[in-house]
Amino acid sequence: MTAAIEIRHVSKHFRLYHEHYGSLKERMIHFGRIPSEDFVALNDIDLAIDEGTTVGILGHNGSGKSTLLKCMAGILQPNAGEIVTRGRLAALLELGAGFHPELTGRENIFMNASILGLSKRDISAVFDEIVDFSELEKFIDMQVRHYSSGMYVRLGFAVAVNVDPDILLVDEVLAVGDEAFQRKCLQRVKQFQTEGRTIVCVTHAPDLIRRICDRGIVLDHGSMVIDAQPGEAVRTFRESLLRSGLADPTPEDAETEHIPSHGGRMAASATHRVKITRVTIEHPGLLVDRHALLPNEAMTIRVGYHASEPTEDLLFGIAIHDEDGNDVFGTNTKVAGVPVPIADGDGQVTFDFEHVPLLDGTYLITLAIQSNDEGTVYDWSDQQHHFSVMNPERTLGLVALPLQVRFDTPYAERLEGSGS
Amino acid sequence: MPDSATRAGRAARDARVVRPRISVVERFRRIAAYHELLVGMTRKELKVKYKNSILGFAWSLLNPLLYLIVFYIAFVKILGSGVPAFPIFLLSGLLVWNLFSIGLSAACTSVVANSGLVKKVAFPREILPLAAVGSMLVHFFLQGAVLVTVLAIIQWSVAWEYVLLLPLALVALLIITGALGIMLSAINVYLRDTQHFLELALLAWFWMTPIVYGFMTIGRRGGLFAKLYMLNPITPVVLVFQRALYNRLNNPKITPTAADPRANQILPHWAITGYLAYLGYAFLVGFVLFAIAIAIFGRSEANFAEEL
Repeated sequence: MTAAIEIRHVSKHFRLYHEHYGSLKERMIHFGRIPSEDFVALNDIDLAIDEGTTVGILGHNGSGKSTLLKCMAGILQPNAGEIVTRGRLAALLELGAGFHPELTGRENIFMNASILGLSKRDISAVFDEIVDFSELEKFIDMQVRHYSSGMYVRLGFAVAVNVDPDILLVDEVLAVGDEAFQRKCLQRVKQFQTEGRTIVCVTHAPDLIRRICDRGIVLDHGSMVIDAQPGEAVRTFRESLLRSGLADPTPEDAETEHIPSHGGRMAASATHRVKITRVTIEHPGLLVDRHALLPNEAMTIRVGYHASEPTEDLLFGIAIHDEDGNDVFGTNTKVAGVPVPIADGDGQVTFDFEHVPLLDGTYLITLAIQSNDEGTVYDWSDQQHHFSVMNPERTLGLVALPLQVRFDTPYAERLEGSGS
Repeated sequence: MPDSATRAGRAARDARVVRPRISVVERFRRIAAYHELLVGMTRKELKVKYKNSILGFAWSLLNPLLYLIVFYIAFVKILGSGVPAFPIFLLSGLLVWNLFSIGLSAACTSVVANSGLVKKVAFPREILPLAAVGSMLVHFFLQGAVLVTVLAIIQWSVAWEYVLLLPLALVALLIITGALGIMLSAINVYLRDTQHFLELALLAWFWMTPIVYGFMTIGRRGGLFAKLYMLNPITPVVLVFQRALYNRLNNPKITPTAADPRANQILPHWAITGYLAYLGYAFLVGFVLFAIAIAIFGRSEANFAEEL
């Protein structure tokens, strides 16, 4: 099998100016002493991507993943090394595919496709398909500056996938557009895979890598950290995120939401007669310096509390949410039928999970101390703590359902009989 | 959809290398390979330029007409310029100058103006300034056609042997304009002053080119100034156009007479070989500039996508 893309010892530096001295006057004033530093965006990247494979590049912001993609696309030239690509290459970088705002959608399709190397006749032949795919029939003769960002992306994707590329480079684009369109894009990506085209995608979304890629590459500060099976790459990525103190991207609604959430209201109404003083999360991985759980590992959450005066009829609650704030699990001492001792001074409650049957993701924990009738909130820690689960396998979804697959046909018996 | 066999064939044919530097020869090869895109981009430039304007292409003709009115009043009515048939003289030079100056201005800003494309798609970026010049070439032909029509209507006698030199002069002009356009478009990405500086430079350049006054005003003086003046590579192109279209020397309508003391002050009295030799100088400058331009462009192109 030949390599569709060969990246040979590619390095790329940028000079970062702390201020942009774009005019001659400023350059003269600051001549020779413009404060700058050399920023290494890519550091000796060496890899070959085989024809017909789908490779995902993971990395946090500034890791160089988009720079690498731009170098592959030929938009940036590396400072050292070279990249060989074989076949027609279509790239979708961030928003849109390079449209001219003053031209109509129709004119942009022709211009864009001709840049990708199609003749006028070729373009006319696929024009209808492009318009169909983008679902922009009504707007195709409108200047694209009037397009919404979603329409822009749709048109860009439609052009890129309909010009019969041998190599498709995609940067984060699958994350935009409505769900129906995303599904359509994924379908097309899968069709491309069966047709033996090469796909390279850059994403923050580890789930996508696991779903569509044959291979995952993790970049960190311009260097390649790992080049492995998607599951392993995703795990490495998550671990490096945790190590660098960056949690997985948490939902932004927390900041943008102005109406206080249920949890926020509860937290605000807390009397603090009994206060949560300390929360620790323990799991076996910590012993080996692994910050995330594996599916089905045990986890213990200890909550220390302090009662400023003797308080009885308490109720302790715990809830686990996914990153979007959906409840994954929730219970309390009343539901569980556990008697609660009178609190006076310091105390501790331990929640022991025998195993946590969750797959990938970061999960948030809400803890509550209330009166037994739930009329008074003593303390409410709303999604303040979190833990992560990393799935080394290629299973999808949220829950690790125990599963055994069995065939009851003679064919399967023969297979088993042959001893595998 | 091609099967995998034809895809492999295409892959072998379309192999592309991204390197820190590519040779000048390779650059020319790439530009040539994208000639279809150059045509498309030129068309795009034309479309975009007059989008949302009511008069559209008419502006292309109004511009020289307005110049003509202003210069006619200033030079003929106020300063009493003795150039006979001044409108024809002015328009034959202005035709050349507009292609050069407007083409160069458009080329200078072309990379910045098309940042959306530069940041997203790979293609030889030289196409952008070249397309800007290309779109001006279309206007040139439009303006030229109108001028020729006017000359035909008034039965103006042109110098046919010099008309044959016109395509050659045009090619020289395109090489010079394209070269400077490529050079400035790259510099302008890093130094946005370039486009403002160019405006002033073009103003000075305009007066250093024999468009509103005859070449001989300076040419007959001789001396160092005249020699320096002749270094302007646009001058030979303008002279060939004036010699062919304005045709000062053998036009019966404006043949110099002893009574007219300014009679020989307009075009040089060279044989056609003299004009040809001077045009050769323009070509020489054009080729040198082009090589320098491609080298400068190649050095700075690597970070366009980041600088924009």
